[in-house]
Amino acid sequence: MDYFIQQLINGITLGGIYALIALGYTMVYGVIQLINFSHGEFFAAGGYVGVIILSYLAGLGFMETHPWICLGMSFILTMGYCAFLAIGVEKVAYLPLRHKSRLAALLSALGMSIFLSNALMLTQGVFDKPYPGELFNGGWEFGMISISYLQAMIVVMTAVLLVALNILVFKTKMGMAMRATAQDKTMSSLVAIGSNRIISLTFAIGAGLAAAAGIMVGLYYGSVRYDMGFIPGIKAFSAAVLGGIGNITGAMLGGLIIGMVEIFGAGYISGQYKDVFAFIILIGVLYFKPTGIMGVNVDDTRV
Amino acid sequence: MTEPILELRNVHSGYGSIKALKGISLKVYPGEIVTIIGANGAGKSTTLMTICGIVKAEKGEILYQGNVINKVLAEKLPTMGLCQVPEGRRIFPRLSVMENLRLGAFYRNDTDQIMKDIQKSYDMFPILGERRNQEGGTLSGGEQQMLAIARALMTKPKLLLLDEPSLGLAPIIIQQIFSIIAQINKEEGVTILLVEQNANLALQAASRGYVVETGEITLEDEAKTLLTNPKIREAYLGE
Amino acid sequence: MIQEFKKVWKTYTIGMLWLLGLLWPLLGIHPDGTLSFDKTLTVWLYLLAGTFICFVLFLMNKSGSLSLVKDPISKIWAGGATATKTVPTWVWLLIAFILAILFPQFTGRYHQDVAINVLVYVCLGLGLNVVVGLAGMLDLGYIAFYGVGAYTYALFNIHYNVPFWVCLPISGALALFVACIVGYPTLRMRGDYLAIVTLGFGEIIRIILNNWMDLTNGPNGIMGINRPGLFYPSFADGFSWEHMWIQKLWLLYYVALGLAIITIIAVHRLNFSRVGRAWESIREDETAAELMGVNTFIYKLLAYAMGGMFAGVAGAFFASRMKFVSPESFTFLESAMVLCMVVLGGMGSIPGIILGAAALIVLPEVFRQFELYRMLAFGAVMIIMMLFRPEGLIPAKRMGTRSEEKEG
Repeated sequence: MDYFIQQLINGITLGGIYALIALGYTMVYGVIQLINFSHGEFFAAGGYVGVIILSYLAGLGFMETHPWICLGMSFILTMGYCAFLAIGVEKVAYLPLRHKSRLAALLSALGMSIFLSNALMLTQGVFDKPYPGELFNGGWEFGMISISYLQAMIVVMTAVLLVALNILVFKTKMGMAMRATAQDKTMSSLVAIGSNRIISLTFAIGAGLAAAAGIMVGLYYGSVRYDMGFIPGIKAFSAAVLGGIGNITGAMLGGLIIGMVEIFGAGYISGQYKDVFAFIILIGVLYFKPTGIMGVNVDDTRV
Repeated sequence: MTEPILELRNVHSGYGSIKALKGISLKVYPGEIVTIIGANGAGKSTTLMTICGIVKAEKGEILYQGNVINKVLAEKLPTMGLCQVPEGRRIFPRLSVMENLRLGAFYRNDTDQIMKDIQKSYDMFPILGERRNQEGGTLSGGEQQMLAIARALMTKPKLLLLDEPSLGLAPIIIQQIFSIIAQINKEEGVTILLVEQNANLALQAASRGYVVETGEITLEDEAKTLLTNPKIREAYLGE
Repeated sequence: MIQEFKKVWKTYTIGMLWLLGLLWPLLGIHPDGTLSFDKTLTVWLYLLAGTFICFVLFLMNKSGSLSLVKDPISKIWAGGATATKTVPTWVWLLIAFILAILFPQFTGRYHQDVAINVLVYVCLGLGLNVVVGLAGMLDLGYIAFYGVGAYTYALFNIHYNVPFWVCLPISGALALFVACIVGYPTLRMRGDYLAIVTLGFGEIIRIILNNWMDLTNGPNGIMGINRPGLFYPSFADGFSWEHMWIQKLWLLYYVALGLAIITIIAVHRLNFSRVGRAWESIREDETAAELMGVNTFIYKLLAYAMGGMFAGVAGAFFASRMKFVSPESFTFLESAMVLCMVVLGGMGSIPGIILGAAALIVLPEVFRQFELYRMLAFGAVMIIMMLFRPEGLIPAKRMGTRSEEKEG
């Protein structure tokens, strides 16, 4: 039983991370009906810039005195950086192909994904880059069950970001404009909503969330690698599809489920094949219920 | 002699290799209701989409309040008082009635006045007030049309373009819609350019009319004259 | 020229400054608490120089200033094109064939090695072309079938001593079978979804190869695979057949050449057959094809399976040539590279794909010193090709406009 609860905690932690990445996929798909293949690289870039800033602050000595403030600063700056990165990526690789064939846009996205991960490799090296996480060690123990400070931080942070996103999308004017653009891009232009601006904003927000996830993964697993965006990217995409592509609540749910399945699958079935579970869910969902949990109206001709 | 609020000079536009408009010229004066009638595919909707910048004009000029607006971004036009209610209503299906209206006022910052205008919409269309929290997609065709018009009014238009407002609606609802259109024109002073397949209705509502055939204007006259024109009666009024 | 393109210059400057801002944190913030700008500036200045030159050339071309240089060149090119058209195609093919046959006589081991690589990737590219270029399905897990073919031969050879030539069709058949299994659930999907799912399957197969220690020996791979064997007549003590293993590189080259030629002919025949026409209709507009009575599912499965088969055959050859297989050779990046070859050369165009494969194998060899930047260049090339020349270097001749292109 204790093992089960421990796995539950681990699953929620991982699920939150996947949810954050999945949101980027789903939001971008909602506005331009395209899978952003390079979204995983925003996650990786976030992980890298996060550790760069943290190490820098550690070098200046601030980590010893105010570790949590440094962490907060790192989050903010990294999310900002990845937002800028995403806007740049959109303008270069997606905007010019908006009215061309879907295949061209997909291949451009693929090319951008390879380009970004290799840019990370060239600037930061091939080896794992370790996170200065010693100051965050420790946690609470309840018998056989332990919750580390990092896990708690991740869960809290994820919850905060998800709530913030919900407020933004469902309670603000900008969020309304985003939803309107996703539902009918032409009509939103006719009511003075600049669809290009909204699309850039969507990319930026999605990337910011992925960046936060990147930092969390770096802290949780201790290091980042230049190719860390690839497999989590596919898993997060599976989560987005599971929840119903284009649906924000769906992406959150999907992320949690995929995280749980991975942890429980690894714990009870097989640790070696843990990456396979998400793929199997993806294929299963697309085969049996392509509209996902929230049953989004996916226009067949557009997919 | 007043300046036209909208003028098209020899406008050509199309979709890729398909040439839809082949030299459209027309004028709309402030305060008028002008209608464009014609058969399906003649280019009526394309004219409106070209005016709004959704479809780029390849040749010719579009002037709004005396200024050339060919290069103006589509999303800027509502801020200048030019708004379209496109074909098929196109309200945002998964946003509520209230949110749809609120979005009409997207570019505006005067929150108090916006709230007052929303209330005015509910007064003009009581059914919208009743359904204010319902998702737009769940409304009936007529209700959606009212919502679309109310939303357009939220942009405080000087010139309102309407694309086939009668499409798919029951006759009673159509009457309602058209009386509202007349009301908007008379009471708010909004100039109206109306595209309609239902030529009878359109020519009764408008003061002037243009007839479009395969991308060109073939006839222009006062509406009542067109109503009695035997060629028009035969082609479009089903005589 | 600066005046008329003021807006474009503005975009360029903003873009370059944006790039600088993105570049600096990765290069200029250090863990010892220092900030530096020199490395960032050097890299940025190189990029600036490169893009600036390309940009200026692009603008000059657009404004017509380059016509001084371009017009005579295009006249010569057109003249050359008309001259070559007078010579029938079979003459060119014959010349190419003769050159290919004579190749090993004039070149050393290194060049033959590269050439074998090119030929293998030609097979892979043509196989993927059947899926992507002819039937219009984006497959990102293609390399998995290559792996299946390679491992099939490896295992049959190590455990049961099955010779290469016997195993070649077995590899192809098994890869075809796996493709059918993978294709069955996935081919109902379209576009983006199909791409990701095939990627997922590709990864699943690689993970299985990596983890199933008992069967595949996991990440250690399988060693000691035999080369293809050959029986040749010997008249030493009367007539008998002698057996030898093909160890010489130039003999392997001929095996690869043979496989490549067979693949080229097969794909060419497929393209211009009834099947090829069905594929084209599916590629152009799947819904319309369905309504016309084309059983889209069967044809898509057929394309996928045939593509898999070509990959399996190529895989068997790969295993025999390397004498060693491991999951490392069958990653997503490999799939992406093969896709890049197809796209770069021109989807659906056989000469284009041959050129693409050659370019993507030979150019990195030529620029060996820039080995590090190879994949970066791949990514950039894909983006640039899609932006400026999506039909590829040698576009396929039988293309109308794709229905997706008309979608707004």
